[in-house]
Amino acid sequence: MYKIVKKQPLNPTVTLMEIDAPLIAKKAEPGQFIILRVDEDGGRIPLTVADYGREKGTVTIIFQIVGATTEKLNHLEEGDSLHDFVGPLGVPSHVEGLKKVAVIGGGVGCAIAYPIAKKLHQLGAEVHSIVGFRNKDLVILEEQFREVSDKLCMMTDDGSYGEKGLVTNALQSLIDAGEQYDEVIAIGPPIMMKFVVQLTKKYNIKTVVSMNPIMIDGTGMCGGCRLTVGGKTKFACVDGPDFDGFEVDFDEAIARSSMYKPFERHAHEETCHLFEKEVR
Amino acid sequence: MPNMSLKKNEMPSQAPDVRNKNFKEVALGYSEEQAIDEAQRCLHCKNKPCVGGCPVNIFIPDFIAEVAKGNFEEAYQIIVKSSSLPAVCGRVCPQETQCESKCVRGVKGEPVAIGRLERFVADWHNAHVKEAPKKPAPNGHRVAVVGSGPSGLTCAGDLAKLGYDVTVFEALHTAGGVLVYGIPEFRLPKAIVQKEIDSLKALGVKVETNMVIGRVLSVDELLEDGFEAVFIGSGAGRPRFMNIPGENLKGVYSANEFLTRVNLMKSYKEDSSTPIQHAKKVAVVGGGNVAMDAARCAKRLGAEDVYIVYRRSEKELPARAEEVEHAKEEGITFKLLNNPTRILGSEDGFVSGMECVEMELGEPDASGRRRPVEKAGSEFVLDVDCVIMAIGTSPNPLIKSTTKGLDTQKWGGIVVEEETGLTSREGVYAGGDAVTGAATVILAMGAGKTAAKAIDEYIRNKK
Repeated sequence: MYKIVKKQPLNPTVTLMEIDAPLIAKKAEPGQFIILRVDEDGGRIPLTVADYGREKGTVTIIFQIVGATTEKLNHLEEGDSLHDFVGPLGVPSHVEGLKKVAVIGGGVGCAIAYPIAKKLHQLGAEVHSIVGFRNKDLVILEEQFREVSDKLCMMTDDGSYGEKGLVTNALQSLIDAGEQYDEVIAIGPPIMMKFVVQLTKKYNIKTVVSMNPIMIDGTGMCGGCRLTVGGKTKFACVDGPDFDGFEVDFDEAIARSSMYKPFERHAHEETCHLFEKEVR
Repeated sequence: MPNMSLKKNEMPSQAPDVRNKNFKEVALGYSEEQAIDEAQRCLHCKNKPCVGGCPVNIFIPDFIAEVAKGNFEEAYQIIVKSSSLPAVCGRVCPQETQCESKCVRGVKGEPVAIGRLERFVADWHNAHVKEAPKKPAPNGHRVAVVGSGPSGLTCAGDLAKLGYDVTVFEALHTAGGVLVYGIPEFRLPKAIVQKEIDSLKALGVKVETNMVIGRVLSVDELLEDGFEAVFIGSGAGRPRFMNIPGENLKGVYSANEFLTRVNLMKSYKEDSSTPIQHAKKVAVVGGGNVAMDAARCAKRLGAEDVYIVYRRSEKELPARAEEVEHAKEEGITFKLLNNPTRILGSEDGFVSGMECVEMELGEPDASGRRRPVEKAGSEFVLDVDCVIMAIGTSPNPLIKSTTKGLDTQKWGGIVVEEETGLTSREGVYAGGDAVTGAATVILAMGAGKTAAKAIDEYIRNKK
């Protein structure tokens, strides 16, 4: 069992948890993920490692409540335990040798982008972070990003906070202003990453994206997380989750991620219903 | 007087049109009377060819003699001297090509039903004997086993019986490897696997789940941590695809994914938290046991039409004859000498059909089987909404890539010395599918056994 040592809501639908998992905390690197199960009959869900305390022996996860499992997870409190917590999985992000990087996070994708920005900052790279949210209420990790970024562009779709616009608008402005990046790292909804890549392709700036498809085991066994990269089939769990954005077939990835939408919606409603009953 | 019937006692089973709608075990097992009667068919011939046909050399005539006398627990004690997983082997071993193929009774008539008797004895023990096996005196030496499938469990069991302090590391949340994620409930109930694992735990074996060796700890770290030897039984988990157009459409599964959802995650149950597509028309590509398992699962999930699409003929099907027979009885349609060329999709990205081409058999290829050749212009579309690829798996490259000096074949299998299972690294042994590529449960168990013996010798000589 893996104890929740800290729980902190970041916004109405996104929660941060620190989990006691010393062996994983010792090895985890930015870009890697864990898979957890809330209870004995629970589903397996992958979540990216948002931070880790090597000494404290904890791994931080940040999740958005989107389905039955994350709903159940969010009902646990500090002191409760998760049934299963396995990792670190996937290949760590390549950050060595980069001098100047634009790190782009969209929504809860910022939870994945943040440890990468932090690591780059620690390695002495110049970090320009662009973070985008639908509105002011959904903003997360602003302070953390500010601490590790030489420049921070805060974007909201409706202009309720920071600048009004998309992350691609901010990136375009920075490029127009003459900023030159070794690499762009973009993490967020697939549609956002697709548009970032469309932009960076024009300027031929190497772009790395982090894919988060449906997966079960996370060890290369099921192939459910496969996607097409450069015309070849890759498994996000063991070959990724980071890939060269120019090579990823985003349309296929977006289609595949909707495979179980009706089931997930139904399961989520059922779970919410259960919790409502409990409250009464 | 031996029972001179030319036929085996039939295995009581659920009727095909009943069982293809549920996930309960197909075969129901012999009664005591049926078992004793069948055991009396053994002639106790002098040279015991059956024993040589068993990869773990169970003393077959000896245990059968005890069954004939009604001494079922004695029979069990004879089997467990050689096998750590009798209830599993009695169910999934291909006896027809192993022990039973050597049985003298098989020369004229059917061989003794050794597999069914083994299963009966193991089930009888599990139902009647509650006391745990005695824990052997510890010898103070620690061994790590990577993977809790058949090879790892066998290696762990054999070493524990010798007094070793064994820890098994499993990547998934449940121990058992392919026995829990791959082989379906109706062929091997998960409660039986759990019971076998519990017996190993009673012997002192520790099982740590959620441990991906190569990530959370490396093989070298295990050795530094004080494990004197490491056995790698990490299987051949990575599924192959055909690389034909449409393979990434929604509704195309690897057999591993489909079976893992059904078996490990129990998505056949209504309240499961893991979804699975309840398709109406399913094509399973491949002709092995895994293909049969996937097809029979799909049928049980409610599919009206399930096809096995295989590019060679019935004679070349790699699956056990019994599995093919069971599949046919349950209403699976065999599209033999057919090969998929592409998968067609609907506008919303789901599978809407699979284009196949008819094949004919040409000259024998490297495997000795006649090579299938396309019949030009014979393309047709099979009307399906789900495709399951069951065309094989290859070893997971994780351990190789994180263990310095561990030699592998080009295709990924770990190179070992056959007689011992020793790899190119001192103190590191391997066996099962990680070495051979996808094979059978019992061959993996044989490899686990060989390695356990070698590890014991290695540690004793090191002192």
